[in-house]
This record gives sequence, structure tokens and C-alpha cells, in this order.
Amino acid sequence: MTHAAPITADVRGERFPDPRNIATLARKELRDALRNRWFILYTVAFAVLALGLAYLSRASAGLTGLAGFGRTAASLINLVLLIVPLMGLSIGAASLASERERGMLGYLLAQPVGRMEVLLGKFIGLALALTGSLAIGFGISGLVLARGRQGADTGAFVNLVLFSFVLAAAMLAVGILISTLARRSGTATGAAVFTWLILVFFGDLGLMGAAVIFRLQIPTLLLLGLVNPLQAFKMAAVHGLGSSMDVLGPAGLYATRRFGEALPALLWGSLVAWIVVPLGAASVLFARRPL
Amino acid sequence: MIRVEGLCKRFGRCRAVRDVTFRVAPGEAVALWGPNGAGKTTIMRCVLGLLPFRGRIRVAGLDVARRGKAVRRLIGYVPQELALYDDFRVLEMVRFFGRLKRVPGSSARSALERVGLESVHRRRVGQLSGGMKQRLALATALLADPPVLLLDEPTSSLDAKGRGTLNALLGDLNAQGKTMLFTSHRADDVRRLGQRVVLMEQGRLERECPAGLLERDSQGGSTLTIHLEQETLDRAVGLLRRDGFAVTRNGQSLDVHVQPDDRAAPIHALARGKIIVRKFEVSAAPDALAREDAP
Repeated sequence: MTHAAPITADVRGERFPDPRNIATLARKELRDALRNRWFILYTVAFAVLALGLAYLSRASAGLTGLAGFGRTAASLINLVLLIVPLMGLSIGAASLASERERGMLGYLLAQPVGRMEVLLGKFIGLALALTGSLAIGFGISGLVLARGRQGADTGAFVNLVLFSFVLAAAMLAVGILISTLARRSGTATGAAVFTWLILVFFGDLGLMGAAVIFRLQIPTLLLLGLVNPLQAFKMAAVHGLGSSMDVLGPAGLYATRRFGEALPALLWGSLVAWIVVPLGAASVLFARRPL
Repeated sequence: MIRVEGLCKRFGRCRAVRDVTFRVAPGEAVALWGPNGAGKTTIMRCVLGLLPFRGRIRVAGLDVARRGKAVRRLIGYVPQELALYDDFRVLEMVRFFGRLKRVPGSSARSALERVGLESVHRRRVGQLSGGMKQRLALATALLADPPVLLLDEPTSSLDAKGRGTLNALLGDLNAQGKTMLFTSHRADDVRRLGQRVVLMEQGRLERECPAGLLERDSQGGSTLTIHLEQETLDRAVGLLRRDGFAVTRNGQSLDVHVQPDDRAAPIHALARGKIIVRKFEVSAAPDALAREDAP
């Protein structure tokens, strides 16, 4: 027998995720995403729409280019609010569920990897892929804005891009939580689209309706806005552009007066919480649920 | 090397494994044998720490429930259903698993050479035949030279030649000191590879015996495994059951319990029903072995 020496297992790092495994798994996710036709479609759609918006804003601003950047930025905020949550949710929802359904997750977990490492590897790989995808769209529109010399505020534009990245990561985390709960990839995708509909369509409309029906006070309205990641993104993006928060109505004005300089930190905190809490819940559920 | 004590596993109301206790000594090859649904694959998955369970499993002294990752570092696993990354190239997939197992990149090529897949290292995994995928899974299992191999129906999708080659390779590995726990529904595989058989029936361990006992099994009932076209499987099951045969589905094939003097009867029945038989093979039936020592 060749294994005459006593067999010992390396149990170092058993309790904590191993960064090398996370990096290996993240690289694989990134590779898979770049070959995923849905991901390519989202990237192309976002880039084309961002480019279209930049050109339209430039054309409508006339030769002077006045107000071109503000208009483009406002249009980009709406584009991000519509597309980025759908990208993050659907890609996150498919991540674990489809591999589980095809039996690949069981084979992967039969290797010397921990479940937390698999989850973090997926999140980091897909978040990098989403970041790259958005960077292409923003990069193209940024070039158009720079060429048009539309009074672009580079700092404000970078702020918008950064908030979009964080929103994408938050929606990805929610998508991964859905993927942990769903047995089938079809169910996961359905749940992701349903969540997207709730967040997008019932965000503004729901808040307005609830304010009228329940006669909500402005602080309550603001609180409801802050717990919706899309509303938090919108407030953060508008604030980051240096625009007056009155474009967001009484809740925006109240937010500025109530929190003042602390408002950006509060909005960042809300978005970051939308990454940490779903991902934490997903890791607990993934560790406990059988395959 | 592997100690399973009082293992119980339920899926809802179904008791898949009931108080199973057995050991596998270092360098030993033990077969888990039994009909479909006996709990063989569930035991494998518990040993890997993929399923929560009641009882205790230790591999090389490590508790699977507490040290799952460390235990899996000692085990090379070949699953029954080969769910591999079809869009990866062969070498790329082995390298990916090699990184997770902390082996240098050069080990991937030598692992492929060991199982005779070096010539197809650029091919996409999805383009490989079932037998090649089985060997690829074995190459991945052998990557870090683990002391223990868990093999779930390792020859299920191989033809006779491929089965012979893989069995020879596994026999060599066992001779080199690898501890093996494997499942198979083919008596000749069990006889050839295993030193001991753990016979499972409805989640219970019925008995343990030396693999040589299976030699006598050809005197009793046998299992006729019939491979059919996918679209004819349901009709074939109905037809055979109407004719009084005990039939179970086993993936793309059917297992039919037959008596020694009546082995061709299911083939004739299918021919009468105009169902084309792609291939078939006969092996000793697990339940026949169970009955052998019965009073």
C-alpha cells in the first residue's frame, strides 16, 4: 500500500472561507457570465440605450450643449432604475438554482470547498461581470458626453456610475437569495421578475398611492423610500448630481433638511445593507438547506 | 478508513437510510450493493457531507459533520449522474478542479494521461461520450492523489470494452492502496473490484459478505438490464409488467428480475410489442444474494 504514512487532513481554515477558493470560483463565474447569451444581451441593450440617450440629450440641447449633461444623467438614472435591477436579479436568481437543477452544484460541493466559498465566489464573479457590463454602457455614454463638451461634471458622472455598481450588487445579492430558496431555475427566474416588478412599478406608484390612501406623514414616506433600494439609489444619484432634492418631492426636501450632510452616508448605508443582509441570509440558508 | 455508525437519513416521510453501520479498512474495496432505492447513493452523499444526517461518519478519523471540507480533501468522487461543465474544454475543467484541490497545473495533464484522455484535452466536455465523461470524472477524482475513492456506479454508462478498461484501472488503484467504496448493480464488477459487499435493501443493511459469494449467485435469480430508446421506455415498462415481470427503471435502461431458465423471456416480450432493444446484459440480482442464507 502506498499510503503507509498516517493520513492527515489539512483542517486549517476550515471554519473560515478560503480566499483562494473564492478567487477560483469567482474566475469561473466571470468566465461563465462572459459566455452567457442573456448577459451579453443585457450588456448590449444597456450600452445601446445609454448611447441612444446620450445622443438624444445632446441633440435636444442644441448646438450650445446647455443642460446636456443634466438631461443625459437624468435619463441614465431612469435607465439604470429599469435595467440594472433586472440584470442583477435574474442573473443572481439563475446562479445557484440552474446548477442545482443540472446536478453540477452537488458535484462542485463534493470537492474540498465550503458552501460559503461557493456563495461568495458566485457573488464576486457575477458582481465583477455586472460591473464590467455597466462600465461598457457608461463608458460609451461618457465618451459621447465628453465629445459634446456638454458641461459634464466628471465627479457627478463617476458618482452615478458608482451608485449604479452598488445597486447592481444589491440586486445581485437579492437574486442569489432567491436562488438559494428556489428548487428550480424556472421558479427562481419567475420570482426574480416578480421582485423586479414590485421594486420598479410599485416603488414610485406604490409610495404615491400609499401616501394618498393612508395619509402618510413625510417622515414615514421617506422611511419607505429608504428601504426600497431603487428609491435609495434614485435619491443618492440625484443628490450626487448636485441637483436640488426638491425634484424628488416633499420627501426629498425633508430628507435634505432632516439629515443634511449625513444624507449621502445614509443612502450609501441603505444600499450597502441591501447587499449585506440578503447575502447573509442566503449564506445561512445555503449552509442549512440540503441540495 | 471509513466508519459509518448508526447512519439514518430521511427525506420528508421517506426513510432513505435506516441505522446503517459498517466500516471500510484502509486499502479495502467495498461494494454497496442493492436494488434501486436501497439507499446506496444517499450513503455516498452522506459520506461526502453533502446531506445532513443522524449518526456518525468518520473518514481517516475526521468527523464528516464537523470537518466536511477536510474530509472531502481525502476523497476522490465519481458521481452516478455525470453533471460536468459541458462548455469547458477537458483540460480546462480538470485544471479548475485542480485549483480547488491545490494541485499544480501540470497534474491536470498527467491525470488525463492516467485515464487515457490526453488526446481529447482540447475537446469540449459536452462533446465527450458517456464513457469518456466517466473517465474524466475519474481523472478529476484522482487529481490530488486522494487515499479514498467514492465511486457511484462508475461503469454504468460504459460498454463492455470500456467497463473492462475502467475496472482494470480501478483494480490497479486499489492495488496501489486506495481505499474504495463503490456502488454497482453489476455482479461481475463487484466480484472483480470488491473484496467485500455490503448488501442494502430499502435503506437497511441486510448483510455483509465477501465479494466471492456472488459467484454462487448465478444459480439464483438474475437482473436483466435492457437498454432501449428513450421514447419507448414507458411503453416497455407497461408491457413487461402486464406479462408479470418485476421491472424497475434505471436511468435510460430497465432492470428486469429473471430466473436462470427464463432470461430471454423479456426480450421476446418486447420484440412481440415491436420495441427495439439496443443492448442488454445479465447480472446477479442483489435480492438473490439476500435470499441465499435465508432459512
